[in-house]
This record gives sequence, C-alpha cells and structure tokens, in this order.
Amino acid sequence: MLYYDQNKNYRDFEVLRDENKCIQCQVCVRQCSYEVHTYDEKHDEVTADQTKCVGCHRCEAFCPTDALKIRKNQSEFRDNALWTPQYLKNIYKQADTGGVLLTGMGNSYPYPVYWDKMLLDASQVTNPSIDPLREPMELRTYLGAKPDAVEVHGGNGHPRLDTSFAPQIPIEYPILFSAMSYGSINLNIHVGLARAAEEMGTLYNTGEGGLHPTLYQYGKNTIVQCASGRFGVHTDYLNAGVAVEIKIGQGAKPGIGGHLPGEKIGPEISLTRMIPEGTDALSPAPHHDIYSIEDLRQLIYALKEATDYKKLVFVKIAAVHNSAAIASGMVRAGADVISLDGFRGGTGAAPTMIRDNVGVPIELALASVDERLRQEGIRNRASLVVAGGIRCSADVVKAIALGADAVYIATAALIAVGCTVCQRCYTGKCPWGIATNDPYLAKRINPEIAHEKLANLIRGWGHEIQEMLGGMGLNALESLRGNREKLRGVGLNETELNILGIKHAGA
Amino acid sequence: MKRVYAKEDVCIGCRLCEIACVVEHSESKNAIRTYKTEVPRPVARNVVEERGPLTFSVNCRHCDEPLCVAVCIAGAMVKDEESGVVRHNEEKCVGCWSCVMICPYGVIKMKPAAKKVSKCDLCNGRTMPACVQACPNRAIVYEER
Ligand code: SF4
Repeated sequence: MLYYDQNKNYRDFEVLRDENKCIQCQVCVRQCSYEVHTYDEKHDEVTADQTKCVGCHRCEAFCPTDALKIRKNQSEFRDNALWTPQYLKNIYKQADTGGVLLTGMGNSYPYPVYWDKMLLDASQVTNPSIDPLREPMELRTYLGAKPDAVEVHGGNGHPRLDTSFAPQIPIEYPILFSAMSYGSINLNIHVGLARAAEEMGTLYNTGEGGLHPTLYQYGKNTIVQCASGRFGVHTDYLNAGVAVEIKIGQGAKPGIGGHLPGEKIGPEISLTRMIPEGTDALSPAPHHDIYSIEDLRQLIYALKEATDYKKLVFVKIAAVHNSAAIASGMVRAGADVISLDGFRGGTGAAPTMIRDNVGVPIELALASVDERLRQEGIRNRASLVVAGGIRCSADVVKAIALGADAVYIATAALIAVGCTVCQRCYTGKCPWGIATNDPYLAKRINPEIAHEKLANLIRGWGHEIQEMLGGMGLNALESLRGNREKLRGVGLNETELNILGIKHAGA
Repeated sequence: MKRVYAKEDVCIGCRLCEIACVVEHSESKNAIRTYKTEVPRPVARNVVEERGPLTFSVNCRHCDEPLCVAVCIAGAMVKDEESGVVRHNEEKCVGCWSCVMICPYGVIKMKPAAKKVSKCDLCNGRTMPACVQACPNRAIVYEER
C-alpha cells in the first residue's frame, strides 16, 4: 500500500467485509482501538486498513450483521522449512526499527504439550466408579505446610490433636487466579476476579501492582504479591490478604524484569503502586536483596514477621532447568507454598525471544519438583501450585495427579472475559478492555459480567473435575494428588516417561 | 413503572442499542434489509451521548409529568395513565416540533421528510426493549426503581 513500508504490507491478517451484509453502522469503527476501520462519509462506506489488524476479532464479534471475517493473510512466501514467514517478518521489522521484538501472552511455539500426551485412568469392573451427582465429592484443598507427623491423645472415640498446624488456607476448588497486576490489567477485571474468587471460595492474586483501596474487602480471597519493584507494599497491604507471594520470576520471561511505561501510570495506579504519576514502573530482573536461598529466607521471615505469622508466604519462580533444586531450597527457606510457572505462562509484555525460547514445560517441571521434594522428605512442608498453560479441567486433573496441590489460571481467566489471545497486550490498546487502562476501553469489562463468567468457568471445571474423579473411583481430590498411577503416557520416549514418573499407555 | 436506565460506567459507546431500535421499528425486522432497502429508514429513538471516554444511551424517560404531552398542539402525545408509557400517535402529529424543543432529554427525534416525530414506545409488547436486549455490556437496564 501507498506510503507503507514493505514490512507493514506483509500483514498477518485480512479483514474480509461482505458488502452485501455491511450496513455502515460503524460499530467496527468504534470498537477497533487500532483504527483499522474508518467510515467515509462522502461515499457512505466503511473501509479497512488491513496492515493495522492484530487479529483480535473484536469487530467480528460485535458486527450486528455478520459482515466481517478475519482471516490469516493468504499471501504466501515460497515454502521453506527454515525461513518461515514469521522469521522473515521479524527480520524485516527489526531491520526497520533496530528494536527488540515485543509480544504478549505466553510462548506460542509448537513445543510439545505434555498434557496432550497423558491419559487418565477410569474404573471398570474391579473398582466401582462414583457418580458425583449422587454422592459427595470433595474438591476442597488446604494450602500450607503440613506437619511431618500428627500426634493425638485421648482415643476412646474422642481423639484430640496435639500437633499444632501452621496456618492453612482452605480453597473449595483447586484453581486459583494467577497474578496479574493492576496496571497490566485494569480495575474492572480485578473486581471481577476478586468477586469470582469470593463466590467460588478460591483466591485471586493481586500481582505486583499493589491493591486498590476498594479491593481490601475481598481480603480473605486475596493473595498479595511482593515482587522486585516492591510496588504498593506497606503493612496494610501485606496484611490485607490470606497470603503474600514473593515473585522471583514468571514463566513468560524468566530472568527478565518488568516495565510498565509512564503513560500508563495514571492517578489511581500511581496511588496504588505508590509511585509518582507518569513515572515508569520498573521491576528489576532480580530482587536486589536476594542473591541466595539464605537471602530468600530472610525475606520470607521478614514477611512472616510483618504479618504475625498468620499469613502464608508463597514463593513464585519460573520453571527453569534446575527448578527442582531451587524448589528444595525454597521449602527449606520457609516457603509455605511454591508457585511454579511454566514456560507457557502469559505476560502483559515480554521480549519475543525470551518468551518463546526460555524455560521448561510446566508438566516436566512439576513432576521433577514434586519428585525431588518427596525424595528429600519435605514435600509436606509446602504446597505446590502450578501455572502456565492450564487450558481445561483435564489439565487441572493431570496436574494434580502429577503432584500439584492446585493450579493457577490467568490466560484462561482472561479468555473467559473475552480475550482472543492476539498477543498485543503490550500496546495498552486491548480492544477487549482487558490489558488496558484507557478509560474508554477499560469500560468494556463490566465487573458484574466478568464476575459471572469467571465464576462460571470455575464452576464448570469443578463439575468436570468431579466427573473425572468419579470415573476413576475417587471421591476426593486428595486421593488423586501425586497419584501418578492414574496417568499413562502416549507417544512419549523413555526419558520423558521417567521425568514424568508415569508408565506408557498399555503398560 | 419499569423504565430503561443507562449505566454510563459500563456503556462502551458501540451504539448497538441504536441499531436494535432502528431494526425493531422497521418493517422487515431484519438488520440488513432495514438498512439496505427501507426508505425512509426508521430513526433510532435512543441517542448515545458521547464526550471523551464518557458514553451513555438515553431514551424517553416516560416522565410522570411529561412536558411533551403538555406542549403538543395536536393531542398526538399522550400519557397512558395505566402503563405510564408516553405514547405518540403519528397520525395526529403535525410536525410542529414543539415536543422536540421542550424535551429536556433530547430524545424526541424528528423525521423531517415525513414531518412527524418519533419516540421510544418501550417496544410495545416486547417483554424486554430491543435496545436493552442488544446491549452487549448490560449498560442499559429495564427495571422498576
Ligand atoms: S448498546 Fe449498550 S454499550 Fe452499546 S452504546 Fe448502547 S448502551 Fe452503550
């Protein structure tokens, strides 16, 4: 197209408008925050600048006459297994800008998805399956350190517990909403997440952006995060929730810090993050006071001290090559819960190369961390919550069978409120009103609707988890936890099976 | 009485409510046909007001003491005592625009070619007005307050 660089014209998507159906109502014009659609009054015509389309499908979803379709751009380069169009386009882009390629959401490369290479067991003849609609089915999970052994006295039908327990958080579903900061997403979503967590008896995580004053009321369903930027951290904040999560790393960008540009720091975010309006919110790559497990222990105990030992301390790391050893250190340092974020975990912004090339699949990291902690006899001292690409209830069940206590979902939660995973979160122009604080766009999330949808998602997955458990003849999630006998691999090699600690299907 | 109320904090300014109004008051009740073939096309009886990020959909308040009824020189505008709906009888309307001038909400629309006005009838007989049903973000609600 005239005036555009070569790189822009090799666009990713095509906007197909069926002129027989288009009524020039301009809903698409108003909905597209990337200004793809424009209305030409003189000719009473709506046209599209296809080079700007990010493939978010907002216009298609809102078109009242079904006149719009977004397709992949049909234009093809000559086949080349090495130089695929994505690499070509990236190079053109960088040759133009000299910049770092940016992206959003999680790793999108076709690395193996181990969830899809594991199958669940079911009962036949020798052990009866259970119908969850007729019989009780326990999904409640307690997060927190469990004692090595319990001592009781009394007996005679009146046993009494002598062992005192570390604080525990009961959750009714093994699904928590993962950390997404206020700033990276807007307050409307935070309200939706908090209310859904409250209704469903689970937890949501503030992320590193502090806690907006209006959200303190959801404290018993809140995990507050303390990350390397220490944004919005003060006594009331630390004591606002049921747990404090120290964020060391995140699956989408292990080893990388965060950067929320100054333009996004408006009055409310500035207040919540406790930084001046308009300043960049920079989260350093490491915590500058943590260079060893001993340092981590200091922060864990500083936070426990600040919260009177009433709150759990989670420590979150990205799954990397030696996660198992690090996790062992984290437990010994006093973490009550280990959050492990696999390489498919999402983000609001990450360098593309990091997102797509760093980390470990969560299935393998989970299996090796759980195994290592068991071998060392310290698995009971911390709960294990895994994140990064949990797409459905079957993934949850498989994670639990591999040894997780619960899972964190974030991308799935955003999809529930409209996200189409267009991966342009970093632009701040999210047409779905999610990864944006632009007041015109943020209104697109109605907290009431978000609350309902998020609660429905958990409810639906809960029913399915009960069905799968019942099918295996189990009536409590606790009986599945770490029960790898209930899993079989398909199409996996010996090494993969060994790491996952499962047998191949048929065996 | 039940009225249509706007919630400006969640109105996204898409104007689907206006489109629904037009289609509901068309002959075909089909969006494509209404816009492509009906002449004159019905006017939307609701207006989405916009300033900066603020948007909201306003339509007739069906006031308890409607000024439009008071000023109508032709007896075309009447307040239905039973339902509370302010109704407009097009046949009687002479196109003097008095109601348009007096309405404090600016929700009586002119059809200059026909020399008639058009206003919200709460979608006569529909359990849920079309605009409310079409709103994708529950930014207009139909309720008793
Ligand atoms: S349909 Fe709803 S959201 Fe859209 S402009 Fe009308 S009131 Fe606002």
